[in-house]
Amino acid sequence: MPKPEDFKLDHVTNLARINLSAEEKERFGAQLGDVLAYIALLNEVNVEGVEPTAHAFPVVNVWAEDVPEPGLSVEDALRNAPEKRDNMFVVPKVVE
Amino acid sequence: MPDALYNCTLADLSRRLAKGELSSLELMQSVIARTKAVEGRVRAFNSYDEQDALAQARASDERRAARKGAPSHPLEGIPIGIKDVISVAGQPLTASSRMLANFVSPYDATVTAKLKAAGALCWGRLNLDEFAMGSSTENSAFGVTSNPWDLERVPGGSSGGSAASVAAGEAVASLGSDTGGSIRQPAALCNLVGLKPSYGRVSRYGLIAFASSLDQIGPFARTVEDAATVLGAISGHDRRDSTSLKMEVPDYNRGIAELVRSGRKWKLGIPKEYFGEGLDPEVGAAVQAAIDAYRRMGCEVREVSLPHTKYAIAAYYIIATAECSSNLARFDGVRYGHRSKDAKDALDLYFKSRAEGFGPEVKRRIILGTYVLSSGYYDAYYLRAQKVRTLIRRDFLEAYKEVDAIVTPTSPTPAFKKGEKAANPLAMYLNDIYTIGVNLAGLPGISIPCGFTGGGLPIGLQVIGQPFKETELLAVASAYEQTIDWRNRHPSL
Amino acid sequence: MNYEAVIGLEVHVQLKTRSKMFTRAAAGYGLPENTLTDPVVLALPGTLPVMNKEALDKIIKAGLLLGCEIAPVCKWDRKNYFYPDSPKNYQISQYDQPLCKGGSVEIELPGPARNVMGEHKRIALTRIHLEEDVGKLNHGEGASLVDFNRAGTPLMEIVSEPVIHSADEAFAYLTALKTVMIYGGISDCDMEKGQLRCDANISIRPAGSTGLGTKVELKNLNSFSFVRDGIDHEVRRQKAVLESGGKIVQETRDYDGQAGTSQSLRSKEMAHDYRYFPDPDLMPVEVGEEWKAALQATCPEMPFDRQRRLQEQYSLPYTITSVLVPDRQLGDFFEEAARLCGKPQAAGNWITNDLLRELGASKTALADSKVRPQHVAGLVKLVEDGTILSNAAKEVFIEMFHSGEMPESVVARKGLKAETNLDDLERWCAESIAGNPKSVADYKGGKESALNAFKGPVMRAAKGKADPKKVDEMLRKLLAR
Repeated sequence: MPKPEDFKLDHVTNLARINLSAEEKERFGAQLGDVLAYIALLNEVNVEGVEPTAHAFPVVNVWAEDVPEPGLSVEDALRNAPEKRDNMFVVPKVVE
Repeated sequence: MPDALYNCTLADLSRRLAKGELSSLELMQSVIARTKAVEGRVRAFNSYDEQDALAQARASDERRAARKGAPSHPLEGIPIGIKDVISVAGQPLTASSRMLANFVSPYDATVTAKLKAAGALCWGRLNLDEFAMGSSTENSAFGVTSNPWDLERVPGGSSGGSAASVAAGEAVASLGSDTGGSIRQPAALCNLVGLKPSYGRVSRYGLIAFASSLDQIGPFARTVEDAATVLGAISGHDRRDSTSLKMEVPDYNRGIAELVRSGRKWKLGIPKEYFGEGLDPEVGAAVQAAIDAYRRMGCEVREVSLPHTKYAIAAYYIIATAECSSNLARFDGVRYGHRSKDAKDALDLYFKSRAEGFGPEVKRRIILGTYVLSSGYYDAYYLRAQKVRTLIRRDFLEAYKEVDAIVTPTSPTPAFKKGEKAANPLAMYLNDIYTIGVNLAGLPGISIPCGFTGGGLPIGLQVIGQPFKETELLAVASAYEQTIDWRNRHPSL
Repeated sequence: MNYEAVIGLEVHVQLKTRSKMFTRAAAGYGLPENTLTDPVVLALPGTLPVMNKEALDKIIKAGLLLGCEIAPVCKWDRKNYFYPDSPKNYQISQYDQPLCKGGSVEIELPGPARNVMGEHKRIALTRIHLEEDVGKLNHGEGASLVDFNRAGTPLMEIVSEPVIHSADEAFAYLTALKTVMIYGGISDCDMEKGQLRCDANISIRPAGSTGLGTKVELKNLNSFSFVRDGIDHEVRRQKAVLESGGKIVQETRDYDGQAGTSQSLRSKEMAHDYRYFPDPDLMPVEVGEEWKAALQATCPEMPFDRQRRLQEQYSLPYTITSVLVPDRQLGDFFEEAARLCGKPQAAGNWITNDLLRELGASKTALADSKVRPQHVAGLVKLVEDGTILSNAAKEVFIEMFHSGEMPESVVARKGLKAETNLDDLERWCAESIAGNPKSVADYKGGKESALNAFKGPVMRAAKGKADPKKVDEMLRKLLAR
């Protein structure tokens, strides 16, 4: 199992797209450190030959026929948009 | 007052509505009046739409009249509170988060549609721990709900509002959601019946996803019979939820009655790992008294072992956070939800909107979940946790070769004071010890009232059932319920 | 130093379904913005995915057509990354259990001349999997506008092995792949409508070596020609870098087709960590033998198999087969016409020349053409048996195209019958031969041009209305006796 120092908070918050204040970094870093230390308990378990649980019950081929159904009107689709223009969602420029 | 309308059982109110002794409008008006009288102290609701509720009530009375004496569904005209994480078309859907403070949903969850089809009144948006993450409702961005039994204490979580509303008479029954105990634990802390169905029994379409492989919607009610009625209305395969099961929904109350009539003596298992350190002595005593009651009925009670119990919380906090880190990625301020005003470009938009929109517990879980899925760590954490999960499920299925159901305390302690555990996330997580394995194994579980502490705080008994055998589970719970009258006590609000 | 290019292509093909991959919102193109959405497409809170059966049928069929191994069980994974065109900020895809593995695409390289068939090769595939498409970002001033109509459309990702060695091979690969998809009814692969997208992974190595150089990913290749040009450009660029003593940087480059240049896309601060994990909302797919057999039964003959068969069965030249093969309906049209008239080459000529010319000029689709195989067959027969001359036949064709009349009816209506029938023609030729023994001797002695001496009298006898080709044929036939 990974060591506590493997957890790099800045790298992870980057992946998760969440800014943390300096205070939050300190507080969460400590709290999550405790949780990770606790989670290390799982290392004790012998999981040799054990299949991971994919789903609670084994069912396959759950699908629907290719028949289109009415969707949302443009108004409803954009109703909760923080910013919209010309029936599209506006976001600040995407810098490649 | 014992026979105030707002304390009556669903079954009782349903009979009165059927007989014409009461109209849905009168009932809804009484519920609204009660809500207004106590909400200032309880704060179970994030919002409620009074005019809409009254309109629903009037429509129900019209439907009943149009049937001209032909029977209505037992839920016709009954106000059911809905946790603010289950979608109701045209109503706010906030998950008690700043991220969705202004979001109005355009569609009904499948359970909402089913309740409406049965004629129930969808009443209000009930408070919860933000995005269903928590065990006290203290993580709500909008305010803490108080336990009607002691306003200084929490009602439990995450479905705290769903529990408090029914306990306080602000709803006849309610819907909550349960990922690690979020229905059962608040039910125990509020003297209610709370049921988590088998995974796949009730559709998750329209439930804001927290942990997709663990979440289930279920009822809070005053009696086992009431819970069974609501469960019957919301269960069933849903073509919009690929994880919902194609299995017939029985008439649960009829099934319970048949099992009772049959005189079946249940074989109950008591897991030795559930009665160790950390269990409050009063809770332990009340649960033992309930187990004795089962013995007196003629049930066979034996000790079983669920050896992987101690790993359940660790496995849960890897699997649930991993899934939620992905499920909550959609909350980014692009199509809906909170958008930061300071974003200088699209990337910045994500970082700032999510920082501003999410509360600390949500952030912690997203961060933890992102970490356990990240490159190089997947095998050590997520994959291992899913294997341990298999072992936990096997423990239960082994036990079920010997017993019909498993009986445990629901929560290690009664309701704790606000602020008591909030500062220490890990301490809060350890509360879930009795309920969490049930979600990991996909089993049905119910909490029913089994007594009070010396200080007047409710205590809950948990019964855990076999996969998809909700009728048997309800019958076992009902058998104990018949021997006591905890449900006749009401908080003095 | 001689370098060899090593290219792998990643092609995304949009499947031709009526609804989207994981929800039943309608799929479509060119519709007003944000009119093809539903709560699932927009990833509203609480929504869940449900697989589209038709999309599964289509990818399995594609796998069968391309000779892939179809996985007996496969699952769905979440590919987690944030981008404004991706509503859930994860894409449902397949990571380690793709539906199809292996397989290959037969390609045809350009020949030494237009009428000569080029070399055929097989390009091996790595895998094919299913995923969902994202929305469209329209970049404006200081802001971007997002349209989610395309979001959620089923996409097949086809990954080739890095075994393509030239831009021409890449072009041939895309053309061949497109034809197979069209034959199978799987996709129309219209790049202009975004139904086919291609990224190229390009590296170079010393010719004859077997290792792989540092690869560069080239994006924004918006047409088959731009794929070819872009690859050429990149290979030259890499050669220049190495020859000047530099090293190839592993990066993604954006190709500008108009300018013929490429530039490095701003390198991201962190490499993508997609944190793949199995999607808990979706159940696995099991593909049994019955399902495969049912789809196999609907598989058409592969394009190049058809080409070989047309060449063999009907003795058609490459100039005709190369036109008939890319268009399955045109090939079907031809085979029906050939069956009806028994003269495949003649039918092939009418179809690949006159029919296509008229369809193009009037911007008509083959399916809407009033000329059907029986029209062509009828016309061929009328020319064969001498009822009409070939120049009259051209006129008949154009009439048929506009009116849909059968050729006999046009001939009758416009009085286009050739005055000569074969019996008369034989008599005139025989008479002409009999009247010119010297030319007979010359012809039989090996002088080809002596044949012309007989033609004049025949044409006079026919009053000019004999088909010169038929005259020539008849004379040779009689002289050969």
